[in-house]
Amino acid sequence: MDQIPEVIRTIPLNYYLFFSTALFVIGVTGVLTRRNAIVIFMCIELMLNAVNLLLTAFSAYRSDANAQVFVFFIMAVAAAEVCVGLAIIVMIYRNIRSTDINILNNLKW
Amino acid sequence: MQEVAMPANNPEMALICLLIPLLPFIGFLINGLGNRKLPVGLAGFIGSATVFTSFLLSLYLFFSFNGQPYLTDIFNWVSVGNLQIPISFQIDQLSLIMLLLVTGVGFVIHVYSVGYMHHDENFGKFFAFLNLFIFSMLLLVMGSNYVLMFFGWEGVGLCSYLLIGFWNKNQNYNNAAKKAFIMNRIGDLGFLLGIFLIFNTFESVSYAEVFSKATQMPNLLNAPVIVTITLLLFVGAMGKSAQLPLYTWLPDAMAGPTPVSALIHAATMVTAGIYMVLRSNVLYSLAPDTLHVIAIIGLITAVFAATIGLAQNDIKKVLAYSTVSQLGYMFLALGVTAYTSSMFHVLTHAFFKALLFLGAGSVIHAMSGEQDIRMMGGLRKKLPITFLTFLIGTLAISGIPPFAGFFSKDELLAHVWEHSKIMWAFGVFASFMTAFYMFRLLYLTFFGSFRGTEEQRHHLHESPASMTLPLIILAILSTIGGFMGIPAVFGAHHYLADFLSPVFNNARIANPSMFEAAELSHSTEYILMAISVGVAVLAIIVAYVTYVKKRTVPADEDTRLSPLHNLIYHKYYIDEIYNALIVRPIMWLSTNVYRFVEQSIIDPVVNGFGKTVLGGGRSLRLLQTGDIGFYIFAMVLSIALIILLNFRFW
Repeated sequence: MDQIPEVIRTIPLNYYLFFSTALFVIGVTGVLTRRNAIVIFMCIELMLNAVNLLLTAFSAYRSDANAQVFVFFIMAVAAAEVCVGLAIIVMIYRNIRSTDINILNNLKW
Repeated sequence: MQEVAMPANNPEMALICLLIPLLPFIGFLINGLGNRKLPVGLAGFIGSATVFTSFLLSLYLFFSFNGQPYLTDIFNWVSVGNLQIPISFQIDQLSLIMLLLVTGVGFVIHVYSVGYMHHDENFGKFFAFLNLFIFSMLLLVMGSNYVLMFFGWEGVGLCSYLLIGFWNKNQNYNNAAKKAFIMNRIGDLGFLLGIFLIFNTFESVSYAEVFSKATQMPNLLNAPVIVTITLLLFVGAMGKSAQLPLYTWLPDAMAGPTPVSALIHAATMVTAGIYMVLRSNVLYSLAPDTLHVIAIIGLITAVFAATIGLAQNDIKKVLAYSTVSQLGYMFLALGVTAYTSSMFHVLTHAFFKALLFLGAGSVIHAMSGEQDIRMMGGLRKKLPITFLTFLIGTLAISGIPPFAGFFSKDELLAHVWEHSKIMWAFGVFASFMTAFYMFRLLYLTFFGSFRGTEEQRHHLHESPASMTLPLIILAILSTIGGFMGIPAVFGAHHYLADFLSPVFNNARIANPSMFEAAELSHSTEYILMAISVGVAVLAIIVAYVTYVKKRTVPADEDTRLSPLHNLIYHKYYIDEIYNALIVRPIMWLSTNVYRFVEQSIIDPVVNGFGKTVLGGGRSLRLLQTGDIGFYIFAMVLSIALIILLNFRFW
């Protein structure tokens, strides 16, 4: 653990763990409870970021760059997903003037 | 020792061997696929020409044969563990003779069919089946191993089913076809078990290997395993060659078109059993016990079927029982190890029985479908060619010299005499009956006055050339066919015996005592001949007095017959007995199994599966609410579950 910079050491690893867990739980709760599609999207971003943070933290503490590569991948995928998702949401909004997911139940049996 | 068959290094030979069975198969494909599109003339031409070409190729093989058997490998068919089954043809003396017989007589029957089936709407289909039949029979004859023989064996079984039931709009004919098929299956089971046992014992199914191993293995003479093998194979032969108790399919097979009866009875299917025993002569020579069984069954069949033949009124049925009886003779000959004589009789019988059947077909043709000899009579004048050729066939089968049947039957009976005097006496008795019922048939059909309807009388006409020509060819063969095996007592050469002799070399080594020829003195031989001819002549005279002088006509259907006559007329009620003992119980069993097992157990279970899935789908469908919130909830829950399961907390 010698190579870990002092700055990072000032905050223990556990803090990162607790923090990203909290973020993730907030994300999940948001996805499950909110009705606005855009907010749900943001909550998903929150969950992704929680994971990113955890990966970075472990990466820094273990001096292993592999995890940071994953972080970049996740970011790229998330960006692509947001592009497509937002475009869909915009189209939905144009059609029904709402992004409330409870109204969007036309695809049932 | 017979030289182990060598692979033919000559590609030309291999091609010819391949073409012989392939040509009829191509004919089958063309006629079968083009059934409704091909013009009638072309279908008949293709059907006959392919068989004729095969016949020419067989002739070429025959004349270029140098006494050295050879194998031509086509390709490797089955290769599992140490079981190797190549598609490979063995050309030796036995298969050559059978080749000539099958393609030669087969071709003649094809030509005849062109005339006979001319008005049939399924002409192309008929020729397709005939060609397939020839193809299967050629495979059976040419194959170099038991599995290939079995392949052809099943093939002719299938084709006989298709052909007997050819007029499938008549349910009785279909039943006859099914009967032939199922009865043959019973025999085939025996054959198949025999092949398994052969493989188990000799670790090979190819003739060359099995036979050379059989000659080398110690203590094989009458060993249980060899007796079992030969008995099982013989069960197969019993089915195919219509021996007691599996013969009842053959008379019923008369339901098929007459050329089919001729083909099945004369040259192909029914002789397959004889061919198989001959082919396995090494194994049979090692099992004298089996040979006793064969001789006894053959003799019983010969006498039994001949008695039934005495009282039949259907022209084809008489011939059918005659075939069963003659096949009995052949097996009797095999049983007394007169292998060559048996083959000789197969050959001559093929000639005259094909002739008789085709002649009967010509009569039926002239009588517009009438088969009852009580309705015939006096046809001599109207059908001169048919009458003359039929007469030759009848003389031949009755054993009147110098026609073919005399030589083969006489030689056969002489061998039986050496073996057992009692058997010989029964054989001669059967021969008496043969001559009697054949001449009864001849007299009732062609002599006396016409007994049919007015309409039939006007319709009477000689058959077209395509039908009479085969009759003439076969009549010539029936006349001169016997000269290939003139007995030594006449100082002439027995070509057939010399030619076939190498086939039995292995058997001679395996069991020399069996081949120690007990030379009959010449005087004995002359006496035997005189007796059999005398008996035949006596039968002819008796038949003449009864049916021509006294003008006896067999009783009508509803007259009361004497008990013995009645018993024979109804074929000893064998069919009825089988029906009561075997068919009915099986029917009863299957109806009840259907009702109780199928309907009350299997059906609910199978339907239950379907209903469960349907119901499950119907309820699960309701989960598709279209509510995104619910979907996401389900997703999160599922992910949580997957993670939990991965941690394996329990």
